[in-house]
Amino acid sequence: MIAPQPQALAPSMARNDSVSWYESSARARVRLLLDPGSFREFIGPEMREVSPHLAIFDLPEQFDDGILVGRGSLGGSPVFIAAQEGRFMGGAFGEVHGAKLTGLLRAARDSKSIPVLILFDTGGVRLQEANAGELAIAEIMRAVIEARSTGVKVIGLIGGRSGCYGGGGLIAACCSALAVSEQGRIGVSGPEVIETNRGVEEFDAKDRALVWRTMGGKNRRLIGGADAFADDTVQSFRETALELLASVAGFGLDNLKAEQARLEQRLQAFGACPDAVDIWKAEGVLGADAVPDMDTDAFIALANEVRRPSRDAR
Amino acid sequence: METLSFRRTAPHRAAGSRKLAIVGVVASGNLEVLVERILPDSECQLEITTAAEGFGAVWDAVVADFVERHSPGGLKLSVNDGGARPDTVSLRLAQAVRSIAEEAL
Repeated sequence: MIAPQPQALAPSMARNDSVSWYESSARARVRLLLDPGSFREFIGPEMREVSPHLAIFDLPEQFDDGILVGRGSLGGSPVFIAAQEGRFMGGAFGEVHGAKLTGLLRAARDSKSIPVLILFDTGGVRLQEANAGELAIAEIMRAVIEARSTGVKVIGLIGGRSGCYGGGGLIAACCSALAVSEQGRIGVSGPEVIETNRGVEEFDAKDRALVWRTMGGKNRRLIGGADAFADDTVQSFRETALELLASVAGFGLDNLKAEQARLEQRLQAFGACPDAVDIWKAEGVLGADAVPDMDTDAFIALANEVRRPSRDAR
Repeated sequence: METLSFRRTAPHRAAGSRKLAIVGVVASGNLEVLVERILPDSECQLEITTAAEGFGAVWDAVVADFVERHSPGGLKLSVNDGGARPDTVSLRLAQAVRSIAEEAL
């Protein structure tokens, strides 16, 4: 690969603190996250590898099937990268969409060293290709673990409009580490699904404050589901990704056992809490009620005090 | 879904040297445009797949206006449309021509 020539950045290429991760497209996130000009896409849109299922349902296709995969460099080091477009069918996994991510993870596995960044933005599996999508989730989870087993770090970045739900939440849980912003929500069943299945008493999906303090980035960081908290800017996600890449430990049976123990402990400690605020209080957070309104810097300071990211679990 | 195809003569060649650009997203009221520099300099082509059926005449007018204003000579534009309004389509087509004219990184 030829090193990009240093050049002045056009306004549309500007990298600054004001570019919102949440508002950006998948392509803009990749372009601004990586070192300028370093991204090379695999199976780009010009190859038209579209979903074989959507036409049957008379639904429009997208040339990249809602995900771009490729390689580039971050802080001068090579990385593989995948980014879901949350606005196309809610960033949902279909057959081709999933296969692109599986292939990328297998390439990383074969490299035995090059880390993978997954920019999640997904509601889960695409209902129109549910069987293929569910199989894709299983393949991706296996591919993540296989890659990690050979020494590859797999980092998830979550802060898009579709959050990270369904099978996306399962894949995220398999990653070496996750970075999340306040806007990033992580879960398996989304709010409406929980309400439909368990009743409004269990979870009121219309109560947005409840949804955010349960599934939003702050709670995920405080209970240890995510390892780092980022501001809603591309620059903050870039810095957080670099930090995680530098600090994530290796992977083996000991990690999995430690993770199992961590989760058991968490269930024991907080299983009876009816609300996220009760969890924060049980964690010893002073002024827990103020957490949702806290700004990023204050929250990161609080989170680091309450729960230092565990390096031996996951 | 409806497929529409237009082939037009363009007054002059589209600016820039990039071979490829993509703009937009397929969502309700939105569209993506993949633009490729693969045709002779005096020709342009638009291949449209749209979720909104029966608007061929509107597309024809939007395309005529686009070719006149932006002269996309040498470009093939492939559109996946999620039911965007004509003004949104015009903006995306213009954005596609602008993107392929930018310097390659």
